[in-house]
Order: sequence, then C-alpha cells, then structure tokens
Amino acid sequence: MRMGGIRVPHNKNTAQSHSVRLGVPGTVTIPMSMHIGKYARVIVQKGDTVKVGQLIGEADGFVSSNIHSSVSGTVRKIDEIMTSMGVKVPCVVIDSDGKQERYEKLAPPKVKDFDSFVRAVKESGVVGLGGAGFPSFVKINVHDLKKVEAVIINAAECEPYITSDTRTMVEKGEYIFKGIGLLKRYMDVGRFIIGIESNKREAVRIMQELAAETEGVEVHVLPSVYPQGGEKVLIYNTLGRIIPRGGLPLDVGVIVVNVTTLAFIAEYMETGMPLVEKCITVDGSAVKEPKNVIVPIGMSIADVAEASGGLKCDPAKVLYGGPMMGITVPSMDEPILKNTNAVIFMDEKEARPPKITACISCGACAAHCPFRLDPRSIARAYKLEDGAALERLEVDLCMECGCCSYVCPAHRPLVQTNKLGKQVLRKFLSARQARKENDFKERSVRERQEKQEKEAKK
Amino acid sequence: MSKLISSVSPHFFTRRSTRLIMLDVIIALLPAAVASVLVFGPRSLLVIGVCVASCIVFEFGFEKLCKRENTVGDLSAIVTGILLAFNLPVSIPLWQAVFGCLVAIVVVKQLFGGLGQNFANPAITARIVMMIAFSGTMTNWVFPGTLKTPDAISSATPLAAAAKGSTSMMPSYIDLFLGKHAGCLGETCALALLIGGLYLIIRRVISWHTPLVFIATVALMSFFCGKDPLYQVLSGGLMLGAIFMATDYATTPHTRWGKVIFGVGCGLITILIRFWGNLPEGVSFSILIMNILTPYIDKLTRVKPLAGGAKK
Repeated sequence: MRMGGIRVPHNKNTAQSHSVRLGVPGTVTIPMSMHIGKYARVIVQKGDTVKVGQLIGEADGFVSSNIHSSVSGTVRKIDEIMTSMGVKVPCVVIDSDGKQERYEKLAPPKVKDFDSFVRAVKESGVVGLGGAGFPSFVKINVHDLKKVEAVIINAAECEPYITSDTRTMVEKGEYIFKGIGLLKRYMDVGRFIIGIESNKREAVRIMQELAAETEGVEVHVLPSVYPQGGEKVLIYNTLGRIIPRGGLPLDVGVIVVNVTTLAFIAEYMETGMPLVEKCITVDGSAVKEPKNVIVPIGMSIADVAEASGGLKCDPAKVLYGGPMMGITVPSMDEPILKNTNAVIFMDEKEARPPKITACISCGACAAHCPFRLDPRSIARAYKLEDGAALERLEVDLCMECGCCSYVCPAHRPLVQTNKLGKQVLRKFLSARQARKENDFKERSVRERQEKQEKEAKK
Repeated sequence: MSKLISSVSPHFFTRRSTRLIMLDVIIALLPAAVASVLVFGPRSLLVIGVCVASCIVFEFGFEKLCKRENTVGDLSAIVTGILLAFNLPVSIPLWQAVFGCLVAIVVVKQLFGGLGQNFANPAITARIVMMIAFSGTMTNWVFPGTLKTPDAISSATPLAAAAKGSTSMMPSYIDLFLGKHAGCLGETCALALLIGGLYLIIRRVISWHTPLVFIATVALMSFFCGKDPLYQVLSGGLMLGAIFMATDYATTPHTRWGKVIFGVGCGLITILIRFWGNLPEGVSFSILIMNILTPYIDKLTRVKPLAGGAKK
C-alpha cells in the first residue's frame, strides 16, 4: 500500500546553479549546539588566535559533536546566543583576519579499522546534514555490525526550493561513491540504496552512471511526493519496511545517511579539513538571485543575504531549511549552522499565512498523512485535553512533516495541534505512571500493615 | 529592519480553500439548475433564488445575533440554499421555502455550531421537516410544463406511479434520464446530476465510493425484489441524494470503508421505504438515518496508523 503524502510546488529554481564560495565575512558566530545532544565545551578563550579547522568546541558526552573554527582570526568573545529553538546556547564569536589560513596540525586521518573510522568521523565534527543534525559518528557506531543489512543514502531532497543535495550529487558524485567504499570496507555492508526523487534528472543520471560501475549500489528513483525524504517514509518506499513505534532504522536492519553527509565524510578522509563550511541554497520570494553558495559556518544570515546578491525587500519571514519543515529565524543576525541546508527569505505576500476558518471535516488531512494518522480528531482531542483519546489516536507517531497543515482547505494549524497533543499525551502517560506507582506503594503498605496485624493477633 | 514573523512549520499552504470547494459544488449543481428551468419553467429559478437569498440572510442574521464571525463568504449557505430548492416541488409557496431555509440554516446548521459541526445534512433535514409540516404542497407535483405549455397540470411522480402500478403514468427511460417527469426541482434530470457528480469526482471534491455504492445497492436490491432496477435508479431523489447529499463532508464517514458502509446503508433503507413503506420515496430519510450513524461508522472503520500499535 502506498504511503500518503502531498505534491507540493517544487520551486527548485537553483537546481542548475553551480555552488559559489562567498567571500569571508568580518565575524562569525559559532554556537556550541548545532547538533542533537549535549552542547560542545568551549576550549578557546577571548583573545586566542584561531585558524580554519582548529577545534574550538569539544564533544562533551556520548551524544555530542566537535566544533571547529570556520575562519582564521581572533576570538572576540565567548557569548550566549538565543537560538531559533528558543534556548540560550554558548557561542564563540571570531573576528576574521580574511586570510583563511589552514590550521597547521590538520592532516588526513589514519583509518585502518572500524574503530578508527568512527573516531575519524567524530573528529570531523560532521552531523546529519540533511537537517536533523544528529552526530554521524553516533549513528554509524553500531555495536553489532551484522545487523546492518543495507545503507540507504537519502538523496530525496523533497523540500521545495532546496537543491544543495542535488548540487552535491552533481558536483561531488565521486565523493559519494568513495563514501560508499568506506562504509563497505569498515562496516562490511554489502547493499547500498540511493533514494532520489524523480525531479532531479541530472543527479539521477550521474548516480546511475556511477552506480553501474560499483557493485552493490542500487539507485531508486522515487516519485516526487513530499515527504519522500523522511527517514521512515524513505525506508518504506525503498525496502517496504516499517520501523516499530519508538524504534530506529537499525531495528529493521537499515542505516539512513544523508547524501551530503556521506560525501563530506569521504572528502574529510582525503583532506583532513573538518566541517567548517556548508553549501546552502539561498532562495525565496524576497531574494534577488536565487543560488547555491558555500559559506563558512557561523556567518550571519544578514551577511549571507548581502553577499549572495541582496534582497528585493525587507523579508517578512526567514527560514532555516525549506518551507515544509523549516524553522523561522528570530533575527537576521542568526548564524548559518552545520545542518543548515537552505535559507529561505520570504516577502510579505509569501510569508502571510492564509486565514484559518472552521474545519469542514473533509478528511484531507487524514487522507494525506504518511502514517495514516487523523489530525482532525487529534486536534479535537487536544482541545479537550483528552489524553486517553490522544493515546488511541497515536499522536506520538507524528513526524511533523506538515502534510496535514498544507492540504487543509480551512488552513487549520494541524501540525501545531499535533505537537501540542504530544505534550498532553506525555503528561497523561506520566500521570498514569505515577498513579500506578502510587497505587502499588499504597497496596504494599496496606498489605504489610495487615500482615503485622495478623501476626499481632497470633 | 522590520520584525520577522515567527511561526510553526509548514510555511507553504495549498491554494484550495473552503470557499473554492463550495464554489466547485455550486458549479456542479449548475447543470441541474439549468435542467430544472427547462423542465419546470422559470418559476424554478424563482424558488432557487428565494432559497439561496434566504439562506444567506439567515446565516448572516444568526451570526450577527450571536456575535459570531460572518461566514457568508465561504459560500456554504448558497450550497444549502440550492440543495434545498432542488428538493422542493416547483409549485411550493415561497413562504414555505423560506421556512425551510430557516430550519436548514438556523436549526440544523447554526444551532449545532455552524459549518462542519452539524450532525445531519441541513437541506435533507429541512426537506423532511417541510414534508411533515406541509405535506399537501410538498407533494403537489406538477407535470413538467414544457416551455410551450406553461400551464402545468397535477401529476404523479414516477415512483408514486410505479407504487400504484399505473403503467400509463410511468415515463419512458429516456424521459426519466432527461428529467421530463414530475418530481422535485433538481432531482429529475439524471443526466445533469451525473455531469455535476463527474465534475466533483474529477476535481477531487468528493470520492466515488458513496454515490456508486448507494446507487448500485438500490439497483441490485430492486433487481432482487423483482422491480425494474433502471427505473428505480433514475427516478426519485436518488441521483441528487447519492451525489450531492450523501457526500457531505461533515455528516458522512471519512474512511473509505465507512463510505462504502454508508452507501450500502442508504441504499437498503431507500429500498425498504420505497417498496414496503408508506412513502413513495425514501432517499431523504435514508441519508438522515445514516447521518446519525456516521460517528459509529467512522469509529468502526478507523484506519490503523502505520507503525502503530506495538508499544515499546
């Protein structure tokens, strides 16, 4: 059976735009959290001289990531920055000297086995570049390598506007296959599946040509239906497997890696240069010339806008990522992050959300949900704060892809009510758990008392 | 620098809106409206106009009275007005038509919370109320006065004729299909209704499940009961009901199997009333009864989410 999903306007205006490296900005602001997990620990001080690729934040804890300077220059200050997630994160502000000198101690890592491979990936500071930002070394550090039957390379790039993965495939195709070679050698995986949406013809052609020369690589050309690149959706549409509730791809024998992440890992093994710059798509209705640009991590969005040709007007809304799952940026001073793959500048007209009207119960939301959830009922259950109903409706499965909000003719904020519904459900479940534990405690106390009374009678 | 908007994703939205969906329904109803004028003469236009106008006035007035947001712009009141008019005989006194609109908009729709909240179809319920309140005028069928002979004469509907067994009163298939027979305004011309239904299915406003299953059930059951299936399908309000009323979003099931069950249920009840009931026609009642069962059908046919069920 087919998964739901929607056909959104592709707006891939920049698919042909060769990535160009922008000039170095005067300052960069590098947050210590550009990944899922614990913040990195700052290891430089105000006034320190740093060079490109030098470690400035060290991975702290099991799930964390190394962070490196993207420019050469002087550390102006160690500060805090309010991120788009609404939390304050320590950051390192570096004044660039414009020379972009490479850190002398950088060298290609010496990799000879699985452990040293994982260590090298950790050193590189790479995180899931498709947008998730999950530290890659944690993902590939599988304890039982026999479990991995296949690696799916996520090249779907289903979000409108974004073409940075497309450019990776067109410009760095050989690195993707070098990456496949690395995984073959060190993780002993025999099957690789590249999942691409059909709207990227050039990339599909290049991948198919390269795959023909490599053993064990299949290119799956998938329909351009959003959210094709969602991890669970991609696994279902390539292998027909469904990840159990709360499970990981590994539970069905799969690892999913973003195509740009894989290409970067292969490049790092050759150059030894950690993740300090990113190819991003700059597009949206407020942009003069949509294009793909390579920018140092930490460059402010305002600088990116100016350096890549300027804006037509003051943007009304700016997004990290695409319009379906992208996050609104609170201010133009926000930096480019490791997992930023696009910055979309929307003018007033594009940014203005349509008016919310009454639900007409048309059922379009449920009909298009990839997981066959029922957002309409979830919204009602959320309004009533009915935890039991939310549990029955399995709102916790929602991946917040946005199909329901997109298709709703009444433009109801269904993703939002799903998110809030999850919170209500969590509260409900923990309250139930507490009640159970309490009951258990009371019962054991009562039983003990009864026992004592019985013994006393004897 | 102006302040940037912060909002929850997604930031892209479909162009489809409630108003556009309602507009599609109105467009789909147009062929039948034209047919009604051709079959019953210009007075049908007057009935439709009065119904639409009073539905708009009642919706606007009630929302003003309750200080609710004015929703006339979503065009749903116009759809209700046309549908109710389609369910009335052309000779209906206008004040009775206005009363029907009051029932449809105020009692059935607005008192239950407005668009999308009503449990029963407003036009159907209003028609049933009118049938009970004004049984005389509501069954005062006139034979279609062609444009040449505007003086209409009283006549039996095809179903009433069939029930009485008076074959001389029964129109031919072609007359049934084109709508040249007695009946409610919009229900007689099967051709026009099918065009409208096809348009709605192509525009993905409705799915084919309910109408097809509804009509197929009526045809099959008629066959098994020894009646002429084609005659049963083409007469009465079946086409109008199956295509436009049994596909109302708010009052019918959402799941595919739910739609099938709804269609079967409507078909069976229609047959029961037509062949064994006191009334010659049962489409309205069958839809109303199934409307009431809709929440249960939805519950029964709920789709299991993918990857759901198993708890970790």
